[in-house]
Amino acid sequence: MEFFAISMLNGLSYGLLLFLLSSGLTLIFSMMGVLNFAHASFYMLGAYFAYQLTGYLGFWPALVIAPLAVGVLGALTERWGLRTVHKYGHVAELLFTFGLFYLIEEVVHLIWGRAPVDYRVPAVLDFSAFTIFSTSYPAYRVFMMAVSVGMLLSLYLLLTRTRIGLIIQASLSHPHMVEALGHNVPRVFMLVFGGGCALAGLAGVIGGNAFVTEPGMAAAVGTIVFVVVVFGGMGSLAGAFIASLFFGAVQTFSVALDYSLLNLLDVFGVSVERTSGWYDVLSLSIAQMAPVLPYLLMVLMLVVRPTGLMGTRET
Amino acid sequence: MLAVTDLHAYYGKSHILHGVNLRVGAGEIVSLLGRNGAGRSTTIKAIMGQVDKSGSVRFQGKEIGALEAYRVARCGLGYVPESRDIFPSLTVRQNLLLGQKRATQKGRWSMEDMFQLFPVLRERAEAPAGVMSGGEQQMLTLCRTLMGDPELVMIDEPTEGLAPKIVDLVAGLLEEMKNRGLSILLVEQKLTIALKISQRLYVMGHGQIVFEGKPDELLANEQVRKEWLEV
Ligand SMILES: Nc1ncnc2c1ncn2[C@@H]1O[C@H](COP(=O)(O)OP(=O)(O)OP(=O)(O)O)[C@@H](O)[C@H]1O
Ligand SMILES: [Mg+2]
Repeated sequence: MEFFAISMLNGLSYGLLLFLLSSGLTLIFSMMGVLNFAHASFYMLGAYFAYQLTGYLGFWPALVIAPLAVGVLGALTERWGLRTVHKYGHVAELLFTFGLFYLIEEVVHLIWGRAPVDYRVPAVLDFSAFTIFSTSYPAYRVFMMAVSVGMLLSLYLLLTRTRIGLIIQASLSHPHMVEALGHNVPRVFMLVFGGGCALAGLAGVIGGNAFVTEPGMAAAVGTIVFVVVVFGGMGSLAGAFIASLFFGAVQTFSVALDYSLLNLLDVFGVSVERTSGWYDVLSLSIAQMAPVLPYLLMVLMLVVRPTGLMGTRET
Repeated sequence: MLAVTDLHAYYGKSHILHGVNLRVGAGEIVSLLGRNGAGRSTTIKAIMGQVDKSGSVRFQGKEIGALEAYRVARCGLGYVPESRDIFPSLTVRQNLLLGQKRATQKGRWSMEDMFQLFPVLRERAEAPAGVMSGGEQQMLTLCRTLMGDPELVMIDEPTEGLAPKIVDLVAGLLEEMKNRGLSILLVEQKLTIALKISQRLYVMGHGQIVFEGKPDELLANEQVRKEWLEV
């Protein structure tokens, strides 16, 4: 019970973090049709920027400035990179973001080195918020959830209650029509791309110190976010939300569960001989399978529903 | 008011328009007719700046051939595409509001005007536009473009697939637009409303203009109708 409650909370905070990333990726994909391969690189930049800025100004200014800086970088990438590549088609755009991913990784190597940097949870938030049974729960995790929820709520209000939000929503279905009505759609694209990158940057700022800030983080988180977006259905915000929370929970629970298929068979009174060829496979515990579990689930989903959980768009 | 000279348009490598020339005067309704694939939609998309092209497009004395689509629209050119392209998840009211180029724009058409012309839009104002019928969506697209207060509207096959009663409604709106001083470039396939409401007509075939004249001249010219219009 105690394990369950703690894992649930951890899964929730990780899932919300994933949604900060997958929401931006999804918006960018539905609007421009580009799967931004480098999306998690902006997450990494958020963490490194925050690490650097925390050294000069402290954590709180970094919390605001780092995501904004990442957002500006994202907007510039769209304006001077993607937009030029756009006329050569989606494959060229995909290759562009692919290259960008490696470029950012190399730049991070050059500036901050290959080892993890010492980006820490700020001292004011480094205490235990409450105790469940006998386990204390870190305040920083609560703070992460609050920031994610606050940000996502603002995003929701922006999209549904403001004029620019309506223009963004309209551009999701018919960008050419929106432009023919006299709205500067290229600028909307730039804002959405920059905004999506800023969300990823924010996730990096609050996630980099809770987990680890190192050059491999973009690849590690990037693949999970990719799985989330495909599982939830490319282009569906609701699907991305459900999938984010689901994989947040999967990732947290799976590493701690020491059950195997052998245990399951046991429940049904079936026992397998140690000498059987199946024994090794069946005795793999969920914890041992944790690293492949997300990909397994994604493949299963694609077999059952090729469009993902809530996707409608064919790609 | 609108003068198109030697317009060529391309989709990638395929050359679709081969030197189109046409004019629309102030307060005029001009129709552009032709069979499927003649290049009528491509002509208005090219004028709107949404297709690769060469040639000259002048609007109210200004060369707009090189402008991006949203700047063309801001010059006072409205476009109602044949695919209608309503924003399905937004409400009818929100669709209309997005027709305005700025939140504060005041033009000769208000939301109230639209509701009076088409009471069904008022009834459905808060419903998602995606659930409306084809005819209602056609009204909405027209009204949405009018909310941007254009000087000239290019309308692509507004009567396609509509019941005769709704076709009359659309024809009525086009005449009301003309009465309020707008110019219209109307793309149609059938002669039905085009002959009744337009002052001049062009007929297109294979990416070129093959006939230009008044409605009675087209009626009298059986050869053009046989070769380029009737199926
Ligand atoms: N996106 C596109 N890519 C390539 N070719 C196109 C595209 N759109 C149209 N065409 C081609 O351009 C030609 C002219 O098409 P256009 O849409 O202008 O015709 P139209 O006169 O509007 O007829 P209709 O609307 O009845 O199809 C056609 O041969 C069509 O196949
Ligand atoms: Mg057409």
